[in-house]
Amino acid sequence: MKKKVKKIVRKVEALHVAKRAQTHPARRLIVKDNVNTDYVISGRYKFKIQDPKELARHIFEDIDPAFAARVSAGDILVAGENFGCGSSREQAPQALKVAGFSAVLAKSFARIFYRNAFNIGLMLIECNTSFFDDGDEVAIDIERCKVDNVSKGLSIDMKPVPRIMKRLLDDGGVIEHFRKHGGFKFE
Amino acid sequence: MGKTIAEKMLSAHAGKDVRAGDIAVCDVDFCFGQDGTSGIIIDSFNKLGVNKPFDPAKFFMIIDHSAPSPNIGVSAIHKKMREFAKAFDVGLYDIGCGVCHQLIPQNGHVTCGDLVLGADSHTCTYGAINVFSTGVGSTDLAITLASGKNWFKVPETIKVTVRGKLPPGVSSKDVILNIIKDIGSNGATYKAVEFYGQTIDGMSVDSRLTMSNMAVEMGAKAGIMAADRKTLKWVSKTSKRQPRPVAADPGARYCAHREYSVDRLSPQIAKPHAVDNVSSVDGIGQVRIDQAFLGTCTNGRLEDMEVAARILKGRNVHPEVKFIVAPASREIFLQAAKKGFIDIFAKSGCAVVAPGCGPCVGTHNGVLADGEVAISTANRNFKGRMGNPNSFIYLASPATVAASALAGHIADPREYKKRLR
Repeated sequence: MKKKVKKIVRKVEALHVAKRAQTHPARRLIVKDNVNTDYVISGRYKFKIQDPKELARHIFEDIDPAFAARVSAGDILVAGENFGCGSSREQAPQALKVAGFSAVLAKSFARIFYRNAFNIGLMLIECNTSFFDDGDEVAIDIERCKVDNVSKGLSIDMKPVPRIMKRLLDDGGVIEHFRKHGGFKFE
Repeated sequence: MGKTIAEKMLSAHAGKDVRAGDIAVCDVDFCFGQDGTSGIIIDSFNKLGVNKPFDPAKFFMIIDHSAPSPNIGVSAIHKKMREFAKAFDVGLYDIGCGVCHQLIPQNGHVTCGDLVLGADSHTCTYGAINVFSTGVGSTDLAITLASGKNWFKVPETIKVTVRGKLPPGVSSKDVILNIIKDIGSNGATYKAVEFYGQTIDGMSVDSRLTMSNMAVEMGAKAGIMAADRKTLKWVSKTSKRQPRPVAADPGARYCAHREYSVDRLSPQIAKPHAVDNVSSVDGIGQVRIDQAFLGTCTNGRLEDMEVAARILKGRNVHPEVKFIVAPASREIFLQAAKKGFIDIFAKSGCAVVAPGCGPCVGTHNGVLADGEVAISTANRNFKGRMGNPNSFIYLASPATVAASALAGHIADPREYKKRLR
């Protein structure tokens, strides 16, 4: 988990040096708004927690059965409003992370999903996602609060990632944060 | 300046004065997980490097989502939960006890003024009895299990006022569906909702629980009601703990005000595949149904059983409809049996299944076939929710579901208004 986050951060840091090389292809969902956690991973599979790879194979199955097969490591998921609404299942961000997504971009996120994702070290970015097509090369810089769509030559403002969430990402998730500090340490 | 209920409750549990937008680390009074989330709670807890739960008495696990187990994988998770409960001396409600959101208030685990976390999105249900309760994921819950605490962003609050007298055949489910239609499925995201007004005052606690239960369907973190005499009487029967009712201050700051009048409200139906896709039963047209379902944390309580029983009494469910009934708890099952409702259900041709979440989550107990249509008293009609993405789910009140089960298509329960008085 720790390694994964560091990898993203390193890529972001290197962005200014070699922009092109540091980008990730976007994978845009067909259904844009209100993609709930049942759609991320159906209740039919959510009990299969012993095998996260199996979960990852079934992401978005009920709304786009061909989607999971198109995802490769490092891809960035692009969605619309209220992504991750509904059930509290942590299997949803977990399945996205195991499927290889390095981040999710959406216009807004539902509350429980938002916490769950950062808790397991999956970065979420709120920004206007209207300007992304499937396969666009994307680079994220959370310090500058910019998402660059390199393919389209656009630089888009993102909502700043809250300090707490950055802290959790830096530590590699809330479990690692808790172990490291013996509790919450946000100051 | 005055404070909202959320601000006051979170301040009390943070031990400092906090306002909307502030981050607070709070002491949690009670937390729990169900069988869809407890497996990961246990895994996360084991990674935290603590020897035992912070306070075993403040944590419960409930086997309700897929109970009794339909397959080997679920059985393994249930076994893991039982072993964890035994090892750490924490409480567990096993198969047949009922749905978490019925058991927790009914058995007195929570009372007015409490701060509660549940690894289930419908944890907001207890807002109806003046509890700040909200859903979190499994790892968040594990942190609370280990430390007794978690961090909260104090939410802004939308004040909802509901006025008027409900017409016969129209219930709290119709009121909340109508509110969700207006506010939308993300209209209250990150926010708390406070419910007020004479309609709420006139409702039973059971009816109020239905409304708070669905607050999350508009994205809300909590759906809170003030405690009145009904609430205090209710919690004094369920819980031995001293209630600490919290009311909003005069001059509390709300981010929005919404007002509704229910005098002429008709039965409401949420159509596939979104909870805010709501229309009146009057405009629904001829919708043939294959399955009806009465139950869940939204509408599986005694008064819901009663409404359906009144409509079904002496009649037969339509021959092409499967009607599944799952009382929300064993206690409700027993009371419904005592009052003769179970007898009515069975004689009408219903399949009464074990208390629990039933077919709502789509793992067992009534998975739909391709192209089938269900009408359900549940709170979600997402594509695939009842186990098949090629099926269609309509959400409605217990009265509408019972009337539809008799008719074989979505029907107006006001037809039976003499029976519902």
